[in-house]
Order: sequence, then structure tokens, then C-alpha cells
Amino acid sequence: MLGFAQLFASRLVKAAAILIAIVVMNFFLVHAAPGDPAMVMAGEAGAADEKFVAQLREQFGLDRPLYEQLGTYVGKIVQGDLGFSYRQQRPVWDILAERLPATLVLTLTAFLLALAAGVALGTLAAVAVGTWADSAITVLALLAYATPIYWIGLMLSLLFSIQLGWLPAFGYETIGAGYTGLAHVADVAVHLILPVITLALFYMASYARLTRASMLEVRGLDFVKTAKAKGLTQSRIVTRHVLRNAILPVITVAGIQAGQLVGGSILIETVFAWPGIGRLAFEAVLQRDYQVLLGIFLVTSIMVILFNILTDILYGLVDPRIQVSQ
Amino acid sequence: MIKSDFWRAFVRNKGAVLGLVILVAIVVLAVFASVFFPGDPWEMATAPFQPPLSEDALLGSDMLGRDIASGIAHGARVSLLIGLTSTAAALAIGVTLGALAGFHGGKVDDAIMRFTELFQTIPNFVLAVVLVAIFTPSLTTIVAAIAIVSWPPLARLARAEFLSLRTREFVQAAITTGQSNSTIILRQILPNSLSPIIVSASLMVATAILLESSLSFLGLGDPNAMSWGYMIGAARTVIRQAWWMSVFPGLAIVLTVLALNLVGEGLNDALNPKLARSRG
Repeated sequence: MLGFAQLFASRLVKAAAILIAIVVMNFFLVHAAPGDPAMVMAGEAGAADEKFVAQLREQFGLDRPLYEQLGTYVGKIVQGDLGFSYRQQRPVWDILAERLPATLVLTLTAFLLALAAGVALGTLAAVAVGTWADSAITVLALLAYATPIYWIGLMLSLLFSIQLGWLPAFGYETIGAGYTGLAHVADVAVHLILPVITLALFYMASYARLTRASMLEVRGLDFVKTAKAKGLTQSRIVTRHVLRNAILPVITVAGIQAGQLVGGSILIETVFAWPGIGRLAFEAVLQRDYQVLLGIFLVTSIMVILFNILTDILYGLVDPRIQVSQ
Repeated sequence: MIKSDFWRAFVRNKGAVLGLVILVAIVVLAVFASVFFPGDPWEMATAPFQPPLSEDALLGSDMLGRDIASGIAHGARVSLLIGLTSTAAALAIGVTLGALAGFHGGKVDDAIMRFTELFQTIPNFVLAVVLVAIFTPSLTTIVAAIAIVSWPPLARLARAEFLSLRTREFVQAAITTGQSNSTIILRQILPNSLSPIIVSASLMVATAILLESSLSFLGLGDPNAMSWGYMIGAARTVIRQAWWMSVFPGLAIVLTVLALNLVGEGLNDALNPKLARSRG
């Protein structure tokens, strides 16, 4: 699969360039944030006299020229040092690492669910074009576009947790239940249902619309007519010929929207008290903990880049033309 | 003539007409908010936790006895204002960059498109949160943050339009007659690429309103401006006792954004008739 390897390598180079740009941007945002570390530390030490602050500035290199500070900053980032949270008195990376798994589980599950369900619904709408199923899917998509996701989350928990009592309204696991093994996994999975559905809904709608439009377009192309002339069954034509080609733009858009999905987790985790990076972002906003906030910005950007690579791999696996160039 | 064609195409889309009616109603509500609901929406108007259809509060009151209906009317102002201004700002950034990239091509295009790609990769809501938090929440920082995270699609669109239009005869003719680049960009190409840009801009107002409501839901709204997102965020903790405090402002957002999306689709049908027909 030479074609695929080349595509992949060029994407990696691009990802690295984007990452460097984001680190530089983060550096300037750190500088824009009010209160330099020296002032904060001096405040905490209870001694805000000029000399002490100046001494701290020298110690942390804050009196150096900007480009030198940038160099130090990039060097630190490369070593995994994202700075220090003076509010929590812990390194930013330690705080983030603790929260990362919960966010990864949430966003990845939502991403895959949105993709699978969106493509399925879009295919259904395209096959049944003009029927009530098609209109229902179109109307649902319109509504999903117009509704803020945090409000969907609140309404779903109002219905399923508060009114019906079927699902837990918040948290990652039942506190104090002490489940282990499979019981623990099942417990987390039950807590995951509402946040994942809420986060996935918008993207599901968007992929459904896109799949529908793309399938209607591909359906009229020559190779589909050939497949029909060969006497292939309708279901084989739809899955092997139409869908496989129609799904390509969906994957591209899914890659582009990865950033929004990751950003949306801030709102979802806030609504459902999901102990991930998004919830941490909300707490950092409340406490005005800029170091943590900027660390989140960097880590979520890296997550988006990884999501993009994931969609590239998906694209390579699905695109029939790339395999031809073996 | 063109105008009546436009209206006929727009009116043919029933959803668009419905959207326009809703939108006009919301604009009226926003403009006359102080007439319908005189007094400060932040002030206590009645007893706290009044359910909907109470005597002094049609849609109920919140934890501090503020009138929900009044908050929704005054919030409409903030939402529409931020939606429109941040879209205008995003248009200024996006169309300028896209026009330069598409018109000049080559290295300029490469550089601008790399820059655009960077902003498309960054998780835009996270960046908006970081920007507003660092530069302290106010109407200006919110508008700026929304514009900074929303311009890339507009830049790509403008670039595509300029790329295809600059090879057309009328642009070539303008170049031959010695018109300056800025004249060609502003007076020849831009007017001809306006319709897709107008459609995208109308949809962007909707996204901007959603973004603003999300920011204020997280407590990053302008502390002096009543907004729908703020109302939902503040009522979140008492949703078990008082559903109406979060339900009604949410419905206001859904209606507004839905109306804008429907109008956007209608504009698309009316301004890009070819595209509309091929959409199947």
C-alpha cells in the first residue's frame, strides 16, 4: 500500500508543523494572560516587594528577551512540562493526565457512534428518498443543528434521569459502590450513555445529511450503472459500490469536525459532571487558572491532530482508489 | 426583475418563509424588549421559584425572583447583536484572506491556506473559551473570540470563488485595461462572488449565537448583559425543582437558530438556483 504510506507520511509532517504553530500560539497566550508567574508566587509568599518580584523574574527567565523565553518554553513542552498551576500547587501535566482517560473514552465513543449511526441513517434516507423516513431524518437533522448541545444534555437528563429514573444524571461511576472487573465496566458504561448520545447527536445529524446527499450523487454515476448491468443485487450495489464511494466526503468532514467534537466535550462534561478535561476546563475558567486552561488548549489540539490521523487511516482503508495503486 | 425572481424562489421554500416569520418576531421582541418588559431584567420582579403562568411572571421566575420572560426578551438583543457583529467581523477577516489567496495564488495562497488550516485544526470552542477567559468576558472580547474562531470556512469559500472568477473574461479584460488589483478585487470579483458568501454568512449568524450561548452557559458571558446561555447555566443546578428556568431560554435559542438556518437555506435556493436544483 505505497499510496497509503505516502499519504500518511505527508499528513504526519503537516501535523508536526501545525503542532509547532499551536505551541508558539500558546506561548503568546501565556504572555497575554494577566499576572506573570513571579507576581503570583510573590503574592502567595505574602511578600510583594519589588526586589523579591525582580529576583523571581530573573530566576524564571522572565526578564530575558521574548525569543529566548520562547525557546525555553518550547524546550519545556517537548519534555512534557506544561507549566505549573499555582492554584492547585501541582504541575499542569499531572492534573491533565489524571483527566485525560475519561475524555478520551467520551470523545472516541461519541465519534464512532456519530459516524456509524450517521452513515446508517443517511443511507436509509437515501435509499428511501422522498418517503416519511427520509423527511423524518431531515427534520431531525435540522433540529439537531439548531439545538445547543448543553441544552440537549440537560433535557435528556431531565427526562431519563429525573423523570424516568432510568439512567444516572451525572458522574463517571456509582460513588461508594466499589465495583470491580466487569461490574465496574458496566457501571461506567451506564454513566457514559447520556453524555455520549448528547455529544454524538449533532455530528450524527451532520453525517446523516452528508451521507444522504453524497449517496444521491454517487448513485447516478457510470460505475453504478455498470454494476446494475452486471446484475448485482440492490443491497450489494448500495453497500459495496455506492456507500463505499459516498462515505469518503463524510470521513473528510468528520476529520474537519474533530476539533468541534473535542471542544464540545467541555460543555458535555460540565453538564454531566464527567471527570475529564472538559470539566477541568470549566473549573479552570471558574478559578481563572490560566496555566491549566492553556495546557488544556494544547492537549485538546493534540487530540484533534490524532483524530485527524485516525480519519486519514479510515479514509485510506475505505477509499477503493488507494488500494488500486498497490 | 431580479428582485421578484429572488422573492419567488425564496417563497417557494416553505421552511424559509416560516423561518423568516419567526425571525421577524424575534427581532421585534429584541427591539421592543424595554417596551414589553420595562425595567432591568437583572432586578427581582416577583417571588423566587414562581412556576410558569404565575400572576407576575408568564414563564415563571428564577432563583432570585427575576422574570424569565423578561430575561428572554432582553437576551434576544444580546444574542442577535453578538450574532450579527461577530459574523461581520468574521466576514471581514475571512473574505479578505480568502480574496487575497484566491486572487494572487502561488506563494501568497499557500501561506494563507496554511494559516487557515491551522485555525481549522485548533478546537475552536476551546480557543474561544481560552480567549474570553484570558481577556476577561465583555461584549467586545466575546465578539472578537467568536470571529477569530469562525472565519476559516468563509476564507475557504471566498478563495474558491476568487480562484474560479479570476480566470473569467471580464476579469481578464479588467486586468488588460490596467485596473489596479484592489479595484479588480473590490469592484469586479467581489460583487460576483457575493451570493454564496451571503448564504454562508446567514448560517454563521446562527452558529455565532450558539457559540455565544455556550460561552455564557460556562459563565463567560458579559456580566452586564442578560443572555440565554447565562440563564440556562445559572438554572442548571436547580433543574430538578424548576425545569422552566432552563427549558424556556433553551427553546428561545432553538427557535432563533432554527429560523436563521431555514432563512439561510431559503437564501441559498433563491441566490444559487443551480445548486438548489441539483441538491436532489
